[in-house]
Amino acid sequence: MHTTDYLIAGSSHAALEAINAIRMHDGEGSITVVTRDPHRPYSPTVLPYVVSGRSTPERVYLRDDAFFTLNKVDYRSGCALAGLDPAAHQARLADGSTIGYRKLLLATGASPVVPPISGIDRVDYHVLRTLDDATRLRAAMAGSKNAVVLGAGLVGMHAAENLVKAGASVTIVEMSKQLTSGYFDEVAAGMIEQAFLGNGAKIRTGHRVVGLEPGPKGATLQLDNGDTIPADLLLVAVGVRPELGYLDGSGVATERGILVDDSMRTSVEDVWAAGDCAQARGFFTGTPVMNAILPDATVQGRIAGMAMAGDPGIKPYPGGVPLNTYHFFGRHAISVGSAAVPEGGRAQVRFDAASGRYLRAVFDRDERLTGIFGVNEFFDAGVMAQLILRRTDLGPLRERFFAQPLATGRELMSQLWR
Amino acid sequence: MGQAYSTIAFDPAKCDGCGKCMTACASVKFDSTDTTRSLIQIVRSGGASIEPPRPGEFELALCRQCADPKCATVCPAGALGKNGATGVIDWDASKCVDCLLCTIGCTYAGIALDEHSGRVSKCDTCEGKPACVPACPTGALRHVTTARIYNEVGSWEDLFAPGLAGCQGCNTELLMRHALRRVGPDTVLATPPGCVPGMGSVGFNGTTGTKVPVFHPLLTNTAAMLAGVKRQYERVGRKVTAMAIAGDGGASDVGFQSLSGAAERGERILFMVVDNEGYMNTGMQRSSCTPYGAWTSTTPVGEHTRGKSQDAKNLPMIMINHRCEYVATASTAYMEDLYDKLDKALAASERGFAYLHVYSPCTTGWRFQSALNIEVARKAVESNFVTLWEYTPESGLHFTRPVDKPLPVTDYLEAMGRFRHLSPEQVEHIQKKVTENLRFVRKIAEQADEQ
Repeated sequence: MHTTDYLIAGSSHAALEAINAIRMHDGEGSITVVTRDPHRPYSPTVLPYVVSGRSTPERVYLRDDAFFTLNKVDYRSGCALAGLDPAAHQARLADGSTIGYRKLLLATGASPVVPPISGIDRVDYHVLRTLDDATRLRAAMAGSKNAVVLGAGLVGMHAAENLVKAGASVTIVEMSKQLTSGYFDEVAAGMIEQAFLGNGAKIRTGHRVVGLEPGPKGATLQLDNGDTIPADLLLVAVGVRPELGYLDGSGVATERGILVDDSMRTSVEDVWAAGDCAQARGFFTGTPVMNAILPDATVQGRIAGMAMAGDPGIKPYPGGVPLNTYHFFGRHAISVGSAAVPEGGRAQVRFDAASGRYLRAVFDRDERLTGIFGVNEFFDAGVMAQLILRRTDLGPLRERFFAQPLATGRELMSQLWR
Repeated sequence: MGQAYSTIAFDPAKCDGCGKCMTACASVKFDSTDTTRSLIQIVRSGGASIEPPRPGEFELALCRQCADPKCATVCPAGALGKNGATGVIDWDASKCVDCLLCTIGCTYAGIALDEHSGRVSKCDTCEGKPACVPACPTGALRHVTTARIYNEVGSWEDLFAPGLAGCQGCNTELLMRHALRRVGPDTVLATPPGCVPGMGSVGFNGTTGTKVPVFHPLLTNTAAMLAGVKRQYERVGRKVTAMAIAGDGGASDVGFQSLSGAAERGERILFMVVDNEGYMNTGMQRSSCTPYGAWTSTTPVGEHTRGKSQDAKNLPMIMINHRCEYVATASTAYMEDLYDKLDKALAASERGFAYLHVYSPCTTGWRFQSALNIEVARKAVESNFVTLWEYTPESGLHFTRPVDKPLPVTDYLEAMGRFRHLSPEQVEHIQKKVTENLRFVRKIAEQADEQ
């Protein structure tokens, strides 16, 4: 049986940061990475750009073989984790082999949710989570005339824009009342909607698909109001969730994801989890939340790696803060923090129709920033995130901050840099 | 071995917010007059409510070229990465997908959206020649290139044996190893009695402490012997550097006549004086380089005397009057400056007499903690107690690290024990002497400027 000091399941941002963190403290301990994906590491976030042709599959890899050689990492692609025996410190792989580990990191990410729609098993549809998904979608996109995107999250919206630009007639079907809910507020979502409508997309928000039938070319969707939409290309992008079947019987506690403490430790000894599969403390709620975003995966991966290697420099997880950026039809939207107005707090909004600049900032009762959202209004998202995480008192500067978030944010942050 | 990198350093105390760095950057990088496009951004800091702003109230939004770059870790496209050779966080425009996630990663506002291009932009240090730095009129921005010493010099051969027996915290080992590394293996070295042979340059048990030929002249005849050795090598047609590493006692007291004679004759040697202001190796006796008021074992503090009652001899200024090929003062607190001068002294020693005077605080004799050597050396310069300059017959004397706002000399005096007993009158005397010395050197520098 192969044994390793550090076993890492998964190969994207959380896993890569964990490798860095381990090697910062432990230059020699053996590291083995097992990943179900057949490729070298890449980011799911880049996939819409592979679909659009902006990037190409061979250019998206985040590490080359030399990195693994240099860092003495045994990298095994196409090698999924299938089961776990924490008492024996052993992991079972999909090919039936077993690996013994001293410390284990679960960074297995998430998979697309396939909604339980009647007939979905009888039609051909796309998802977008892996590089192979992206390659397949790009190939299908070329011949598509009538495309339907199910789900208006960032993955769906990205793909819809690509399909529009590729010349297809595109319909976006979304269950909730607005696009990009959970990422952007009503006004920003309205601007996104207008941009899509202006470019010829059709939008069916507030509708669910109740049935799918194979059609002459692809599938026919039936909506809850009885409308039918033909689709020669169907993309299902209603969200992601971790696939945790491999934990059955392991005793590792899960809710929607793998429950972890502030050092990314699971309920089981010598097992950590990070990234999209983990459910860690939310910064605002204090309770375990799913915050499946790239920046948080890197933070969690770093902490997990430090904890696994016993690095005394470790700092506890500050809590997950939502952080998103989104480009649509030449415009950019940035969202940092929570859109909800805390008790006793307030939201401030400004919108300039001529320039399309929109800004919404949320403050708590103590004049501390809790969220900031902009369309075509650039501010340093990293600085804003720090102002939130450090619970910075904006005090008398709040008005100026709202008028000039870029300059004032830098000014405030400059006092915290040193 | 790790790699060190050049960096853009910012001193907020000197920045008055004039914005010339931003103008220069926008112009060089974008051919634009729009300073919002500049990759270096001066921002108001703490005193934001005070109008108009004053120096010390500005900060910098600029790429820190982090060793552990968060922008790169959150980049989904592999478009950002640390360049191992230059230290710059390189941005690959062809890989970037304009997602702006890097701006979420950066805490320093070092990578931001350029609204004109719709893409992110960040400082690339202008391929090692940052345009912002020469544009700064106040000296708030500096391009620190000391990294060269670690990277380039670090790979040169160390020509001293391991395990030199210096006092804890002494900077002379640093000085010896760096100097000989720079001068190189084709060297004959003279180390007269003093701390340098005391630390082991002349070796133990029949082996030398150096990997080059070394000899141990008398205090009195160092320069004469070295000149003779050099002449013999010249006579047989071998090119070697003849170098002395001598103490201030040997050079300024009994060894002075041979030093002065060799300088006057223009002997082609490189004479480096390690000035620790006394005969520290033999028990901390005073020399003619010991400053006024300093305690030494021969200028004790007691009923009748309060440290040395005479002022120090300014030996490097005396060397100027020999019209040597090159004369300079240096300090281990400013290694770049020291290296620059070593280069010039080495070149000058092929034409004539090169004299390098290095100020070297003595942890044991000056009475300060062993960790503070470089700090004491820096304070000596920052208070103008010593001045760093160089001289050639062609261009005269020029300050290499002028100090605009000197520290009070008490900051320097209080950093060590040998001045602990000073009366206010003695401190006043020293401050006057510092001012007078500075005026004297400045006069000579001004004459050089008038030429």
